[in-house]
Amino acid sequence: MDSTFNRDLVAPSEVAQGVIQSTQKLKGLQAKKRLNRSFRQIRTENVFKRTLVIMGLIMVILVFGILLTLIVQSIPSIKALGLGYLWGKTWDPVQDIYGAFPFLLGTLITSFLALLISIPFSMGVAIFLGEYYPNGWLSNILKNVVELIAAVPSVIYGFWGLAVLVPIVRSFEPKIGVPPIGVGIFTSSLILAVMIIPYAGSLGRSMIQMVPSPLKEGAYALGATRWEVIRRVILPYTKSGLFAGILLSLGRALGETMAVTMVIGNTSIIPKNIFAPGNTMASVIANEFTEADKSVYLSALIELGLVLFLVTLVINLIGKRVISRFTNE
Amino acid sequence: MKRNFLKTYGLLSIAGIFSLFFLSSCGSGGGSGSGADSAATGNSDANTLIGAGSSFDNPLFSKMFSQYNQTNGLRINYQSVGSGAGISQLTNKTVDFGASDAVMNGKQDSAMSAPALHIPVTAGAVAISYNLPEIKDTLMLTPGLLADIFLGKITKWNDGKIAAINKGVKLPATDILIAHRSDGSGTTNIFTTYLSKISEDWSTKVGKGSSVNWPTGLGGKGSEGVAGTIKQTPGAIGYIELAYAVQNNMAFAKIQNKAGTFITPTIASVTAAANIQIPADGKVSLTNTDAPDGYPISGFSWVLIYKEQKYGDRSLDKATRLLKLLSWMIHDGQQYSSALTYAPLSPAAVSVGDAILKSATYDGKPILQ
Repeated sequence: MDSTFNRDLVAPSEVAQGVIQSTQKLKGLQAKKRLNRSFRQIRTENVFKRTLVIMGLIMVILVFGILLTLIVQSIPSIKALGLGYLWGKTWDPVQDIYGAFPFLLGTLITSFLALLISIPFSMGVAIFLGEYYPNGWLSNILKNVVELIAAVPSVIYGFWGLAVLVPIVRSFEPKIGVPPIGVGIFTSSLILAVMIIPYAGSLGRSMIQMVPSPLKEGAYALGATRWEVIRRVILPYTKSGLFAGILLSLGRALGETMAVTMVIGNTSIIPKNIFAPGNTMASVIANEFTEADKSVYLSALIELGLVLFLVTLVINLIGKRVISRFTNE
Repeated sequence: MKRNFLKTYGLLSIAGIFSLFFLSSCGSGGGSGSGADSAATGNSDANTLIGAGSSFDNPLFSKMFSQYNQTNGLRINYQSVGSGAGISQLTNKTVDFGASDAVMNGKQDSAMSAPALHIPVTAGAVAISYNLPEIKDTLMLTPGLLADIFLGKITKWNDGKIAAINKGVKLPATDILIAHRSDGSGTTNIFTTYLSKISEDWSTKVGKGSSVNWPTGLGGKGSEGVAGTIKQTPGAIGYIELAYAVQNNMAFAKIQNKAGTFITPTIASVTAAANIQIPADGKVSLTNTDAPDGYPISGFSWVLIYKEQKYGDRSLDKATRLLKLLSWMIHDGQQYSSALTYAPLSPAAVSVGDAILKSATYDGKPILQ
């Protein structure tokens, strides 16, 4: 009804007058009904609103609950080890010495290295699908394949990494003068890079497709080339969105466990270079949790979870700041 | 008009779906509580026993329990969650029995509300597997060599010390790469217990436990992770559960035992390792065994139960079923060991196990006569 009314408004004025007359006639008839319905509408509105608030609150409670659990459970370890836990370099469950530094370092190096490797691919996919070929069979295939990358379980990546990637890395390692081990930080970063491409890629694609065409058309009309349009119009317009996608993929890389465990070499020695074996916080937790037979040990592992939680939080907060600065400009 | 109507109902139905979802999530929250209750009642169901622990025991236990179920109709639900987790579940009394590849340590002992019994149920061994494609003969290693290799003191395969033991074997100049378990494991516990016994250096620098601070090498997750590293890397050496090494046709070294003989890990040499004086409480480490033909890196796996079986709302009937099952496992159940590459218990171990089972009580009275 609304839509017909709107269409009539565009029509010549005499038609509009007729419409006004007819609505005046209808008003009396509808008055009673209208009142009833609005009561019901208000009720619906309230119920729906309340449901939404409850849903939102549950999410907040859940996250704070997890944080609280982590803090409470790591109290024994915080008491026993203090702040030295963060920069201690030894992880020795036999003598109850726990230092998280090698794992903290391992997590940060693998994640950022993976991000660095993945950005050219994810941005390339985003620009290709968003601007160059938004439609067509090739882009359809590419789009689905990229989405499939996110759907493959991580243990499969780990298996593939161990069976295929590790021998390849091992065969070229002697050529650059490092011992041919195959597993290590570099291999895990490669696996992680593949795994996180879809997050930045998909978000970037939808961001680029949302750039208003008048902007782009204006640039083309001024004689800009495609590269110049991307460089001067699309990227500046979408940078906060692209950054958000990259942040999302970084979060994924920080927490990834299974695939990393299988190819990182799992040693608590501080890595000397990016080809050396190492370990990440998530993978240590996964490896040692089931057989942690002392309370301080268990608590130290949970504290590792707390540190991982906080690292993710800090990186997200920094990211939010960067995004808001981008948008304010 | 009609559309508005639809809109209202659409909204209502969305709200309905949301609230349904919410209610059901609430319901399932309550449901999980009642689920735990039903598990507890399942626990007290006289015809089902619940066990948890060692993943090493799992293949053998599955076979034993399915056989026992066929003859006696008793259902046994075994959760292969790892020795440490099995012990803590027994501590929390959520299972009828635990299973562990290691004797409980002091802290685990004190966490328990009542004394627990250790019943040796099977024996396993840790094989030292390596990848040296050039070598056709079986590598021989002395305890000292093994410790030096895993401490990172010997780094090349053609080291004079290795060559002195393996005369006539052409050793390559490859680097030695250590592969160890990255997950906490009973296998690691047996191996590091052995190294701590035979090497003063290892005992002070690294020590023993299900996870230790490895001085060198790569960690693989699970037996398959270590085996993968060894298979892929020429020059690699690592320790693997014997059963896994045998089933996957991996090369493993002969280890010199306390009596000075080089022993190949086999079912027979592991059973032989257990043929020693076993203390009455069954808590004995078989590593570095005195038995002259025993393989030195062997170990028992134990089933753990409370000595006093009357706790919570347990019935005498249930306790009797549990004890009968355990007695069957150390006698008739042993016939399934060899086929699955587990070492059958030695006669000495069986008689100690019998005595321990007889010491279990219900309300102060012995259960098995």
